[in-house]
Amino acid sequence: MKFDTPAGQNPIDRLKVVGQPTDRIDGKYKTTGTAPYAYERHDVTPSQAYGYVLGAGIAKGGIRGMDTSIARTAPGVLAIVTTLETPRMERGTMNTAYLFGGDQVQHYHQAIAVVVAETFEQARAASFLITVDYTPETGKFDLAAEAKSAKPVKGDSGEGSGGNGEERVGDFEGAFAKAQVTFDEIYATADESHAMMEPHATVAAWEGDKVTLWTSNQMITWAHESMAKILGIPKANVRIDSPYVGGGFGGKLFVRADAVLAALGAKAAGRPVKVALTRPLIANNTTHRPATIQRVRIGATKDGTITAIAHESTSGNLPDGDPETAVSQTKLLYAGANRLTAMKLALLDLPEGNAMRAPGEAPGLMVLEVAMDEMAEKLGIDPVEFRVRNDTQVDPHAPDRRFSHRDLVGCLKLGADRFGWAKRNAKPGSLRDGQWLVGVGVASAFRNNMVMKSGARVRLDEQGTVTVETDMTDIGTGTYTIIAQTAAEMMGVPLDKVVVRLGDSDFPASAGSGGQWGANSSTSGVYAACVKLREAVAQRLGINSADAVFEDGQVRSGNRGVPLGEAAQGGLTVEDTIEFGELSKTYQQSTFGAHFVEVGVDVHTAEIRVRRMLAVCAAGRILNPKSARSQVIGGMTMGVGAALMEELAVDTKRGFFANHDLAGYEVPVHADIPHQDVIFLDEVDPISSPMKAKGVGELGICGVSAAVANAVYNATGIRVREYPLTLDKFLDRMPDAA
Amino acid sequence: MVGASATAALAAVPSAAGAAPVSIDKPVLTKVSLTVNGQRRDLELDTRTSLLDAAREHLHLTGSKKGCDHGQCGACTMIVEGRRINSCLTLAVMHQGAEITTIEGIGQPENLHPMQAAFIKHDGYQCGYCTPGQICSGVAVLAEIKAGIPSHVTADLNATLQVTEAEIRERMSGNICRCGAYSNIVEAMTEVAGRPV
Amino acid sequence: MKSFTYERPSSPSEAAAAVARTPNAKFIAGGTNLLDLMKLQIETPAHLVDVNGLGLDTIEPTPEGGLRVGALVRNTDLAADARVRKDYAVLSRALLAGASGQLRNKATTAGNLLQRTRCPYFYDTAQACNKRQPGSGCSALDGVSRQLAVIGGSEACIATHPGDMAVAMRLLDANVETVDAKGSSRKIPMAEFHRLPGDRPEIDTTLKAGELITAVTLPKPLGGTHVYRKVRDRASYAYALVSVAAVLQPDGTGRAAFGGVSHKPWRVEAAEGDLPRGAKAVTDKAFAGAKPTHQNAYKLKLAERTLMAAIHEARA
Repeated sequence: MKFDTPAGQNPIDRLKVVGQPTDRIDGKYKTTGTAPYAYERHDVTPSQAYGYVLGAGIAKGGIRGMDTSIARTAPGVLAIVTTLETPRMERGTMNTAYLFGGDQVQHYHQAIAVVVAETFEQARAASFLITVDYTPETGKFDLAAEAKSAKPVKGDSGEGSGGNGEERVGDFEGAFAKAQVTFDEIYATADESHAMMEPHATVAAWEGDKVTLWTSNQMITWAHESMAKILGIPKANVRIDSPYVGGGFGGKLFVRADAVLAALGAKAAGRPVKVALTRPLIANNTTHRPATIQRVRIGATKDGTITAIAHESTSGNLPDGDPETAVSQTKLLYAGANRLTAMKLALLDLPEGNAMRAPGEAPGLMVLEVAMDEMAEKLGIDPVEFRVRNDTQVDPHAPDRRFSHRDLVGCLKLGADRFGWAKRNAKPGSLRDGQWLVGVGVASAFRNNMVMKSGARVRLDEQGTVTVETDMTDIGTGTYTIIAQTAAEMMGVPLDKVVVRLGDSDFPASAGSGGQWGANSSTSGVYAACVKLREAVAQRLGINSADAVFEDGQVRSGNRGVPLGEAAQGGLTVEDTIEFGELSKTYQQSTFGAHFVEVGVDVHTAEIRVRRMLAVCAAGRILNPKSARSQVIGGMTMGVGAALMEELAVDTKRGFFANHDLAGYEVPVHADIPHQDVIFLDEVDPISSPMKAKGVGELGICGVSAAVANAVYNATGIRVREYPLTLDKFLDRMPDAA
Repeated sequence: MVGASATAALAAVPSAAGAAPVSIDKPVLTKVSLTVNGQRRDLELDTRTSLLDAAREHLHLTGSKKGCDHGQCGACTMIVEGRRINSCLTLAVMHQGAEITTIEGIGQPENLHPMQAAFIKHDGYQCGYCTPGQICSGVAVLAEIKAGIPSHVTADLNATLQVTEAEIRERMSGNICRCGAYSNIVEAMTEVAGRPV
Repeated sequence: MKSFTYERPSSPSEAAAAVARTPNAKFIAGGTNLLDLMKLQIETPAHLVDVNGLGLDTIEPTPEGGLRVGALVRNTDLAADARVRKDYAVLSRALLAGASGQLRNKATTAGNLLQRTRCPYFYDTAQACNKRQPGSGCSALDGVSRQLAVIGGSEACIATHPGDMAVAMRLLDANVETVDAKGSSRKIPMAEFHRLPGDRPEIDTTLKAGELITAVTLPKPLGGTHVYRKVRDRASYAYALVSVAAVLQPDGTGRAAFGGVSHKPWRVEAAEGDLPRGAKAVTDKAFAGAKPTHQNAYKLKLAERTLMAAIHEARA
């Protein structure tokens, strides 16, 4: 199905199932520990051996030799595959660093061997018996130092944000020089780790020249292509299966060393092999969200109309790597006749920077939305009002291009009302509650809405059960449930008459889970397949499909009603793919929100604790308010982490992230997060898809960190322009507490 | 320093404590009997086997998760002799004869424990990987409060404990949920504790 | 993790003898730190002596009016003991500020005293670390040191003792009771139990090889108001940036010890006399001679302000 004109009335609009806050259909498996994750697939293939991955102990350089002779004789060892005996392997889709092979180390903990043994304990022990002779080279590890030599570069996060090295509208410099009020500051954001709870893991089994990988991956289509390319075998000889994914956040968009080394280990051992990356390996072996240094300049009239806005960002990456596209949202979020956005990239020999939840917008808004707060204060205008005053309904870079639907102002106003913004004390540092200095902050949320081609197969059986198969993944997003809701709505059956099967490359290729495009795109693919199934059913029953009403497990036309299963004599299976036309170019499609946060800052120690959080979101039709709300609060939680504690600590001498485990890399725990409120504006966006939905999975993290930082300022009167806002950065500026 | 010492360090050089030369040790196998979810299970295990791996790899009870294998995430939480512990940081052989409850023993898909049902109702999970640990902890936390065990946020160490959101949040902090379902988990637990949500 | 043999002795002296006679043997109790380190081959015992069956898990009054805490009393039970809550609240508070509920259920009194540093270079076997591999160097000195020691360190090591419980025990002038393979026992004052790294950072404590901790005794209660204030980046389940254990009397006198700042719980008795003059007077004296790195210099200010917070809390 081609989607190239705005959606009209369709069966989804009935909203009998879609749009309801349905409990997740996979909930009873997840809560009982019976949902199978990759490393647990004891059932799929017998006599699985254990692979243990060894990472490089240097950040950059060569490997002169590896002595595996002792390790090979260790008890239980079945095979050892080293990088030296493996020619450098091709990279998969979107990989920057090589996953395995060759004698060069590009980054710390890059995989250099896999030890396969009968047991996990044996493989682990034997890995310590390998000796490696390195020829270390000096590398570049310090973004601040390398930023000076960074070059302008275009970049694309692959997730809906990107741009050229420099983009301009009007004359920024001239307008900024003439502006009545100007603002110019530099900020920094930190390297962050996805830190999903399930480590990257794969079981690999060869049958002749065909391999099956039971893995944990967000994008089955990419993984399928990538593994064929990396292993140098036809795609038809590779099968990927990933029905449950224990979190990804972008860290499992691309195949990683676990999949490659499970496949190589299994080949070498002549047995199925399973590999999980150990936790201490993950931060440096896999990808991370790169740190940035960002400068924002804003010029405005005294009444708060932005006349000039510039946002520049510098980040670092390995050769062939992309920049963090942190300026992307600034092209679209606020009005202003004169504009500049620019990105620079410094070459660094740290591990690979790549997509993490809302790449671009998340770190970009961490800065832009603090700058907006600072400018509002400079202008003496309420920060909510300042944002409202500079709203735009068109793409400022192409004023003929309207937003498909944009209600940022509605989010800000409703949020301000519900949060009690009017009671805010505009004078910073003036509200005290016991040991706490209390403040509130606001920030806009913005994330582009991407739509991606997505396919599905639907099968109707004689019992009237509808089975949906697609290689779409559920990474905690609620995909199983919203796909079931979509099929149930389309076919007029209750939810328990729908079976959803995901994550298998034998199923039709889907949009996959990334860039918050998954829910809208994959359900649209299911919609398309269901439209085809409805036509096939109608045809079989001799009904004009336009007259057919699918409801209550029946197909009705006029006075005639037939149980749906009757149309399925001998089985009825159809497949279709939604493909999106020009609407995403004709219109700017984005999602919007407003975050409101209250924090307390300890008067003595400057510890920051979040007390209240509210997000208001405008993101098209919400397919399932319960699971969508969870996506938003999850983003808010990760944003609190980015604001207050998350930082991969770079050893700029040795070139690695030193705090490479979950004790060293702190993410929020229960005690950090208060009750969170989320309000979805009641809206539909027919330009986006037949579901009239948009993405919401990443909107929650966008802007929330800035709202925290702005609240800290309101509480203390101290601006901290370097994330995370740990107390060491401003304790010396805290007022006397005695 | 880095290059040379890194080489040496990877070569399993003896640690500070021991001075044994590089040796290829044979696994030491030991018999151990555990009572897991009410069933006696007899195993012969490498002494190095963690209780978590005994469950996941030997008993194929994969509900308990391995998120970090170092006691830093809580995904492996089991209830052993009535108390929740990180099963990754204990050896199976240390639990001869012990009563162990894993998530599989808390409830099953068609026979859910009230805590499991509350997690579903309040969407107290997303990817599901930390969920069994959260639920095992959640059940144990309510019991700990009932038993009068204080916490970091207990204002008066000598007063009777209440189930408050602050108490739940502090006590559940050893169970990390990167998807960020905390707010919903607290609501699920509050409901099970019999307090208004 | 290297292979190891395993035994469960039936008495403390038998346990000490087992460790003494077996090369490269170690006691295991809660195991929450030892197994963590064994998985990374930072600890590589060839023999484990499981002391969990030895009893040593009761809390008894002493003739001096104090408490004798068995070595195997779990952190949860020690923190929850009614006598500890009433008379040694700083100890309860310190325990409850540490780790997580799951870890406290397993971790023991003795094991907690023996937990090793959380320095990232100690934990990464590809990096130089004098504590892990004597003579290899200290990567922390010019590396990531935000969490590390500001005082009492050396050119060889700036690791911290990561615990909370020991800080409170140091404050309370507790004694560590031990037994050795010959069955003879001794008492080590907490002030002497943890050592400074000097040029032997691989040695954390003054315990002798094979010596087994059997109990920790607490002197009779100090009265006063007990406070344990722990400052960390997240609200729970994190190591201290700085912590303060304090017992303060109504007249403003008292005691104060600091965690997260040194290789041992940091207490300077001579500085405590200045408590009535306020936090800064105490920390100026207690941290005289501090040698922070540029990454952790903030801890000096933080120690002062955390003590200030503790005094404030005690007065409230």
